[in-house]
Amino acid sequence: MATPRTSPEISGMGHSMKRKEDPRFIRGRGNYVDDIQLPGMLHMDIVRSPFAHAKIKSIDTSKALKVPGVLAVIDGPTLAKYNLHWMPTLMSDTQMVLPTDRVMYQAQEVCAVIATDRYAAADGVEAVEVDYEPLEPVIDAHKALLPSAPVLRTDKKGKTDNRIFHWEVGDKSATDKAFKDADVVVAQDMYIPRIHVASIETCGCVADFDRVTGKLTVYMTTQAPHAIRTVFALVAGHVGLSEEKIRIVSPDIGGGFGGKVPVYPGYVIATAASVVIGKPIKWVEDRMENLQADSFARDYHIHAELAARKDGTMTALRIKTLADHGYADAAANPSKFPAGLFSICTGSYDVKHAFAEVDGVYTNKPPGGIAYRCSFRVTEAVHCIERITDVLASELKMDPAALRMKNFIQPDKFPYKSALGWEYDSGNYGAALRKAMDIIGYEDLRKEQAEKRARGELMGIGISSFTEIVGAGPSKHFDILGIKMFDSCEIRVHPTGKAIARFGTKSQGQGHETTYAQIVAEELGIPASQVQVEEGDTDTAPYGLGTYASRSTPTAGAAGAMAARKIREKAKKLAAHLLECSPDDLVWEPGKFSVKGAPDRFKTIQDCAFAAYTNHPQGMEAGLEAVSYYDPPNLTFPFGSYICVVDIDRGTGMVKIRRFVAVDDCGNIINPMIVDGQIHGGLTMGMAPALLEEIQYDESGNIQGGSFMDYLVPTAMETPAWEVDKTVTPSPHHPFGAKGVGESATVGAPPAIANAVVDALAHLGVKHVEIPITPEKVWRILREKGVAE
Amino acid sequence: MIPSQFDYHAPTTLAEAVALLSRFGEGAKVLSGGQSLLPLLKLRLGTAEHLVDIGRIPGLEYIKEEGGVLKIGGRTRESALEQSELVKAKAPILHDTARVIADPLVRNLATVGGNLAHGDPGNDHPATMLALDAQVVATGPSGERVIPIDQFFVGLFTTALRPGEILTEIRIPVPPPHSGGAYVKLERKVGDYATAAAAAQVALGPNGAFVKAGIALTNAGPTPVRCTKAQQFLVGKRPSDNSFAEAGRLAAEACSPSADRRGAVDYKREMARVLTGRALKAAVQRAEGR
Repeated sequence: MATPRTSPEISGMGHSMKRKEDPRFIRGRGNYVDDIQLPGMLHMDIVRSPFAHAKIKSIDTSKALKVPGVLAVIDGPTLAKYNLHWMPTLMSDTQMVLPTDRVMYQAQEVCAVIATDRYAAADGVEAVEVDYEPLEPVIDAHKALLPSAPVLRTDKKGKTDNRIFHWEVGDKSATDKAFKDADVVVAQDMYIPRIHVASIETCGCVADFDRVTGKLTVYMTTQAPHAIRTVFALVAGHVGLSEEKIRIVSPDIGGGFGGKVPVYPGYVIATAASVVIGKPIKWVEDRMENLQADSFARDYHIHAELAARKDGTMTALRIKTLADHGYADAAANPSKFPAGLFSICTGSYDVKHAFAEVDGVYTNKPPGGIAYRCSFRVTEAVHCIERITDVLASELKMDPAALRMKNFIQPDKFPYKSALGWEYDSGNYGAALRKAMDIIGYEDLRKEQAEKRARGELMGIGISSFTEIVGAGPSKHFDILGIKMFDSCEIRVHPTGKAIARFGTKSQGQGHETTYAQIVAEELGIPASQVQVEEGDTDTAPYGLGTYASRSTPTAGAAGAMAARKIREKAKKLAAHLLECSPDDLVWEPGKFSVKGAPDRFKTIQDCAFAAYTNHPQGMEAGLEAVSYYDPPNLTFPFGSYICVVDIDRGTGMVKIRRFVAVDDCGNIINPMIVDGQIHGGLTMGMAPALLEEIQYDESGNIQGGSFMDYLVPTAMETPAWEVDKTVTPSPHHPFGAKGVGESATVGAPPAIANAVVDALAHLGVKHVEIPITPEKVWRILREKGVAE
Repeated sequence: MIPSQFDYHAPTTLAEAVALLSRFGEGAKVLSGGQSLLPLLKLRLGTAEHLVDIGRIPGLEYIKEEGGVLKIGGRTRESALEQSELVKAKAPILHDTARVIADPLVRNLATVGGNLAHGDPGNDHPATMLALDAQVVATGPSGERVIPIDQFFVGLFTTALRPGEILTEIRIPVPPPHSGGAYVKLERKVGDYATAAAAAQVALGPNGAFVKAGIALTNAGPTPVRCTKAQQFLVGKRPSDNSFAEAGRLAAEACSPSADRRGAVDYKREMARVLTGRALKAAVQRAEGR
C-alpha cells in the first residue's frame, strides 16, 4: 500500500481513520426514520393480499372504522379520485399504489389504515374484511410466455402476452460463427435465485404536509432523496405538489443495498394521507412485510455457452436469459439498460465474440429486479461467466486457475474494449489471482485434495476472478427517467478554516461522513476531523442521483475532489495576495502554499480561508466555496480474485468454508479499514445466496420463507474468518484513481463458493450445483452418487 | 409484529400465579422467558387475554444436586444452564443442548421450563429430557405432582400440564459412573430449529457394553420421539461403528418427520439416522472418559 501523502492529523487518503459516524451509532444516538416523532403524528398500517392473483370483490371497512383509534381506511378507489392509484416505476413501467379491482401478488398492498397509534392501526388492519375471488396465477417464469398463460397486465392497452422486454447485445452472427468453428463448446443452465436485501432497517417514512405553507416534508428510507423528490414532483404535480415545496430527508439509514432505491406504495399512500388529513403520518414496515412485498433481486434463469480452442483459449460467449420481474418491472436500472449492466458478462477474459439476450417477463410475484449490492445485474453476469469458466476447465481437464491465467485480458491491453462494448479502464488480473494463490497455498491445497479424495473425503477449491463495472455513470448513456447520472458536491470553507461538504449521494452504512472528509482533507489539507459531511436533505444538499451501484466514490467522491480543487485554486490566489507574490511562484503541499525556494515563507489553507472573509484582494469575491457536478468520463472496473476452500460433511451434506482468501483491487484506497469492512460485509452477503438465502413460491404463488425463520441471513457464526488482501491498479480517469468497492465482494463471492463445492464433487461427475447450496441439495447428490455416509 | 390487546399480570407468589391461571382458565398463558409465546402473539398466530408473568416469583431459578437428583427450577434461564459447572460435570448432554438453543440473546431470557411446557417438538430440551429419563414437577391448585417425562408430551403444542398448573421443576437422576451423553443438532444456521437432532444418554457396564441407553429425537414427529427399539437393541451390545449404525437405523424408523423448508421427509429421516449414530459415538466417548 502506498504511503499516505498527508499526516495522521490531516488524515487524507490512505489513512485508516476511525469512522466519524460510529460514536452516534454505537451509543444508540442514530436518528433513523422510526426515531422521528412529530407532534400530532398518526400511524399507518397496511392490509395485504393473501392471494397471488385475485379479483377484489369488496372491501368492508366498517368494523375497522369502529376500532378505537382508527381514523380512516384508504383504498384504491380513494386514491383513484386523485389519480394516485397507479405510479410509474423507475423503468417506465407502471405499478399500483393501491388496487381498485385486482391484486397481483401475495402481500400486495390492498388498503391502509390510519390510526392514532401503531397498535390501533394493527387492530384496524385485522378488522378490514376483503372479499377476494382467486384468479389463475402465473408463477413459473418459463411458463409466462406460453400462449396458454393468462395475460397479467390487462391494464396495458393491447398487451397480449407477459413479455416486458427483449434486449440483446453483441454481434450474433459473428458469435454463432465462432461457436461453429470452436474445438470445444460447453453449455450450462443456471438459476440465480430470487433473494432479498433484508437490510436490518426495514422501509418506512414519516410524511408531513403543512396545509398552511403547502410544504411537504417526507422523512424516508431512501438511497436517492433527490431523485425521489423529482419523481414526487412529476407524479403528484396534478394535486398541487411543486418541487420547491417538496423536501425529502433521508436520515440515518440502516442498510440499503439497492432495496431503498425504488418508490414503494407505502411511501405514496402515507404521503397522500398526510396531504388529505393534514397531519404527519408514520409508516414503518415490519420484517415480514419487508421480505414479502419489497423489491426482490436477481431471479435470472440463464443459459450460457462458452466456446474455446483445444488449448483453452476462449473464443466466444453466448447467453440467453429469462428475467422474472414480478408483476411490474420495478428494477432501478439506468433507463437505457433494461437488463442493467449484464453485458459485463465476458468478465475478466479476452473473449473476442459475445452475444447476450435477456427477456423480461411478468409473473404474479412482487415487482422488482433491483440491484442488490450490485451495479445492476453484475452479480448475475459474474456468476454466469465464473461458473461456465469452471465448466470449461472441467471439460478440458485443465486447472481452473491455469485456464483463467490463459484467458485474462493482459495488463498491456488496457484500456480494453470488450466484445459487448465496454471500455475497461485498468486491470491486472493475473497479479490478483497469483497473489490469492500464494496466500492460500494453492498448489499445496491441490495435493491435499488429491490425498483426501483417495481417502473418500470431500474437499473443494473454488476460484472467482471477477471484473465489476461500477460508478454509473457517464451522462451520454446513463440516466434515470431522463436525469443524467452525474453526482455532486458543494464545499464551504468557513473563516476559521473548517469546512462543510454536502453531497448528492446518501450513505446507508458506507461511511461517507469519513471517506468524503478524507477526500477533502487530501485535496485541501484541512484535517478530515474538521470537515463536516452532510447528505440526504434535499433542501440543503446539491442535486445528485444517490448511493447504489458502487457509484458514490466514482461520482460524488470525484465531485468532492473537483470542488476542493476549485477551492484550492482560489486559496492559491489568496495565499499569493497574503505573501505578495505571484500565484505561479507558489508550491502546494497538503495544507499549505509556500514560495518556491523559500519554504519558510508560507500560508496555510486556514490562513487563506480567514483571508477569504477578512482580507480578500480587490476584484475577488469574498468567501471560499465551490460546487462541482461531476460527469464521469467512463465507469470504473474494480476486480479481484477470490479462492475458497470447502469441506463437505458426507453424512449431512453440510458445506463448511474452511478458508476464503479475497484479493481485491479497487484502485487507490481512501480508507483501508473501511474498504476491509466493505469486503468483509460483502463476502458475508455473497456467501448468503451461495449457501443460505432464497425466496421461493409454491405453485399458487404463496411465498416460502417470508420471515427470518426461513430466510436465512447469515450471522457471525456462519461466517468464516475472511482473509483479505489488495492489489492497487488505479483508475486512469478518476480524479484520484479510485474505483468503487462496496459491491465487489457480494458479486465475486458466490461463484467462488459454488465452484469450490462443484470442485469437491467433480470426481463424481458433478458439473454444476445451483445456489443456494443447501445441505439437503448436496446430500441428494451424495446419495445419487453412492457416497453419502 | 403488533400483538392484539391482553391483560398483564405479575404475581409475586406461586399461589397467586396459580390462582390467576385457575381464574382465567383457557384465556390465560404463563409468561416465562417469553421467547416462544411473544412471537406467537406478535405474529397474531395466537392470542391470550391474560398473560401471567411468573418472572417476579422468587425461588424458581436454580440448578442443584440433591440426593442423586439434579434439580432445575422451571424458570432457570438457558444461559444459566449453559454456564453451569454442575451441569457440565453431571449432565454434559444438557450443556450441549442449551448451547444450541436459538442464540445467546434468546438464551438470556428463555427458560428450561418454557422450552418443555410449550410442547413444541422442535424445541431442543424435550429430546434431551427423554434421553435422561427426567421428571417434571407441576404446581397447581391442588399442590405439586410429578409427571414422568414419557407422559408429558401429549401432542403438538400439548403437554400433560392442566389449566392452572405451572411447570416448576425438572428432576434428572444423576447418571451413574461410566455414563455419557451428547446432543447433536443439524441446523441450517444458528438460531434455527433443528432439521434433525439426536439426544443420546448411555451407561456402560464393567465390560464396556451398554447397560442403558436413552435415545430421543427433536423435530422428528408431532411430539418428541423416544427411540425405544434403538435403546433396546443397544443394551448388552458393545459400542462400535456397527452398533451405532444399527441404532441409528432403528431410530430413523421410529421417526415421522414432516417436510418443511428444512428438508423433505426422506432427508430428515436420514439425518435422524446419521445424527443418532454421531450422538451415540460422542456419548460413548464421554462415558469412556475420552
